[in-house]
Amino acid sequence: MFPQILNFLSQADYVNKYVDQFGPNGARSPDSSYWFPEQASSIARSNDSLYMAIFWVSTAFFLAIVGVMCYFVIKYRRRPGVCPQPSSSHNTTIEILWSVLPSILLVWFFYQGAWDYLISKYPPEGAEEVVVTGKKWDWTFTYPDGDQASELHLVLDRPTKLVMRSEDVLHSFFVPAFRQKMDVVPGRYTYYYVKPTMDGIFRVFCTEYCGDNHSGMKTWCHVHKDDATRKAKTEWINKDHKAWENGERLFKLNCAGCHNINGVAATGPALNAIWGSEESLIDGTKVKVDENYVSESIKYPNAKVVAGYGPVSKMQTFEGKLSNQDIDYLIAYFKHLKQPGSGDTAGAPATGAEGNGSAAPAAEPAKTEEPKAEPAADKPAEGTGG
Amino acid sequence: MATAEVRHELFGHAEQKNYLNCSKGALSWLLTLDHKRIGIMYLIGVSVALLLAGFFALMLRTHLYYGDSSFLALKWLFGEAANYNANKVYNQMFTLHGAIMVFSFIIPSVPAALGNMVLPMMLGAKDVAFPRLNLASFYLWVFGTGFLIVALMNGGLDTGWTFYTPYSIETDTGVVYATMGAFILGFSSIFTGINFLVTVNTMRAPGMGWYGMPLFLWSLYATAIIQILATPVLGITLLMLIAERMLGIGIFNPKFGGDPVLFQHFFWFYSHPAVYIMILPAMGVISELISVHAQKRIFGYSFIAFSSVAIALLGFLVWGHHMFTSGQSIVVNLIFSAITFSVAIPSAVKVFNWLATLYKGSIALNTPMCYALSFIFLFGIGGLTGLFLATLSTDIHLHDTYFVVAHFHFVMVGGTLTAFLGGMFHWWPKFFGRMYNDFLGRIGCFLVFAGFNLTFFPQFVMGARGMPRRYASYDPEFQIFHQWSTIGAFVLGIGIVLSFAVLLHAVWFGRKVAGNPWGAGSLEWQSSSPPSFHNFDHKPIFHDPYDFDALVYDKGLDTYVAREFMDPNQVPERVPVTH
Repeated sequence: MFPQILNFLSQADYVNKYVDQFGPNGARSPDSSYWFPEQASSIARSNDSLYMAIFWVSTAFFLAIVGVMCYFVIKYRRRPGVCPQPSSSHNTTIEILWSVLPSILLVWFFYQGAWDYLISKYPPEGAEEVVVTGKKWDWTFTYPDGDQASELHLVLDRPTKLVMRSEDVLHSFFVPAFRQKMDVVPGRYTYYYVKPTMDGIFRVFCTEYCGDNHSGMKTWCHVHKDDATRKAKTEWINKDHKAWENGERLFKLNCAGCHNINGVAATGPALNAIWGSEESLIDGTKVKVDENYVSESIKYPNAKVVAGYGPVSKMQTFEGKLSNQDIDYLIAYFKHLKQPGSGDTAGAPATGAEGNGSAAPAAEPAKTEEPKAEPAADKPAEGTGG
Repeated sequence: MATAEVRHELFGHAEQKNYLNCSKGALSWLLTLDHKRIGIMYLIGVSVALLLAGFFALMLRTHLYYGDSSFLALKWLFGEAANYNANKVYNQMFTLHGAIMVFSFIIPSVPAALGNMVLPMMLGAKDVAFPRLNLASFYLWVFGTGFLIVALMNGGLDTGWTFYTPYSIETDTGVVYATMGAFILGFSSIFTGINFLVTVNTMRAPGMGWYGMPLFLWSLYATAIIQILATPVLGITLLMLIAERMLGIGIFNPKFGGDPVLFQHFFWFYSHPAVYIMILPAMGVISELISVHAQKRIFGYSFIAFSSVAIALLGFLVWGHHMFTSGQSIVVNLIFSAITFSVAIPSAVKVFNWLATLYKGSIALNTPMCYALSFIFLFGIGGLTGLFLATLSTDIHLHDTYFVVAHFHFVMVGGTLTAFLGGMFHWWPKFFGRMYNDFLGRIGCFLVFAGFNLTFFPQFVMGARGMPRRYASYDPEFQIFHQWSTIGAFVLGIGIVLSFAVLLHAVWFGRKVAGNPWGAGSLEWQSSSPPSFHNFDHKPIFHDPYDFDALVYDKGLDTYVAREFMDPNQVPERVPVTH
């Protein structure tokens, strides 16, 4: 154990390194206050004011309690030969007073907190709706025009209602800078209202424990000055991108929750070096990873399960969710991961050797190639009722 | 009255004949029906649980010293297995830390361990009403805790102590073992509750009315009500969870039309009142400590007594405040927020009453009093930070962040653990007849206090800045707070170990003390120390427990006795002793 302890001690200057790297404030925005991150939504200011009001009232009470306590302890400390002095052990007036007077403050806190809460729960008519899908362990955001992204893009000063649902377990959508939070519940829709009042980039966390990689289920919220800026960031037109870039995007939206590309196994095997390799299966046979195997594994995950991930694959089928074209893009991405440079053809699956020669015609509308991450037939819609 | 020898036997240090040495052998302990021995077995049990769960806490705090999981303290423990997954191990650590602390330590700590030893003697009774039920309760505790340990060894448990569905339905860890454990521990708790309720109702000493009871008994009585009424709901909920996992009955699982939020309602309908199972007895301990060690009648007896009952009853109506972001309706959130504020009042009343008790007292700054003062400080912060969480709009931001973690640790550890330790130091001379090293005891108290603040105060700041709880890794901006917190956790750990060492040392090597070294008025102090098997070798004479003028100092015995038992050859003396 000694080497580890020495190692531990040798990293005692970690704090200094940290300050060098992130500055004395860490990675905090200059707009943040001591207690809070920047006020980036319409409700943040009143929320913080109420917090500080409670903070100062509590501090006053606390100092009074501890001050009186310390004073009594010193003044009435036990001295040799001195008896406790008689004093009243009951005083109805004072007892009722110190019960009732603090209650008045509590009523104020309740009223103000309830009022701010109600404002934050009622989006105005015509608020833009963005669909948020939580699944282990990433977020997908679907915009009114059908665009999707794994990061949230909002427009400054535009009231936005996030309609949220979960594909598996409980999650919770939390943007500290917005002071707003809502659980994402399987089997029912929840919503989250926000009107961003500051442009910039803000942290998004999952705050309801959801399994192994709960702490990795975080992303960014970008607030753009206008619609055009957002459009440029969110719209994804397949033909403008290389095939592997399309594949990478599909991978992030559909696969990255369970498959890493850093060589570390997660729920499923890591997929960065998989192309062309020989994989051992649970039945002892081996299979070469090629187009047919990838396609089969996406559509029928249980057909050939890699050793160590059985006996039954935890993966759901993507048949009907990913088109053949999408699978072509993913194949191009795996090739690119194995050897950058292959599968670079813009807008189309990599040419020739892949055998899937039907290069997407440039005229094909991009929308039809969007991953179908919002299939209408999805189960959670059933049996809801608020 | 009687001769010097008899007086010594009745009120002095009982070396020869006491409950510890009246019978020998392992079975005389394992099958004992004596509430004091059961209490001591409970004490050993819950202390082991505390140390085990505390060890988990240190492991996860060490892990969090570095934000990127690069420092793998846990890897030492779990070996270099190829499938080592830092997040997974971290998740199991915090789950077992929470589950064992809550179900095996905090809930039984004051009621079952201290309560068992003290409650019958405070009533002037020989034992609890149902001694066999009492022993059964202890063995249920053993089995229940055993199940939690089995869960630890069979794939661990990674749901958080809350077992939220649907994650707890689909995880492949030992949920069934752990829920069985919590289910059995629930019965242990119910048995203790029933026993105490009946004992207090039927076995009070002649002359002791309800308002003659020490406040510790009021708080145990209020706790027993909660244990009996709320714990069955937990039992049923956990059974339904097991059924859902094994049979797929579709109550909580949305895949079969169930509702995961329903589980949260069931769970918190028990677990919020359980918070008061944890804190009410602690408040009772503090009422005793403050009053005895200031030699002052407790201020506002009936307000404190009824605030216990009020907290017990209101505690049933506030569970929804754990679910402000869960998707329950807006109106429900408003109602729960309002009722939650109402619980703040009786808690504040108690603190004010304790302060007023100190007024014009004779305050001895010994170890129990240090813990009591530390309790007021820490519980003050814990209670006041509850206001931020009861307020709807601020709670939405703070919910499920480290702010909540810090808040409930201030109440559970700063409150209950502090009172538990204070109670141990208060009643230790009674049950072992030995005085500990008071100086080291105070050092231990200070380390617990300082380490605790260093651990949890930074978590308020982190939480308000947005650090979510149950995260195995975190953004760089939170690092400095996590590092302070980790250092504090180790100081806290050292303080707790030191306190236990001081107490254990006293059992064998402490200075011998007689029946009532503190000059306390409640009946358990009318016996010898340690008490005899039957608790009292004479008929205890009931006095108002807070009437310190009814006690006189007996120089021959070096202890306090009731005026009736005064040595006729001595001049009665009322002055508190300074040791």
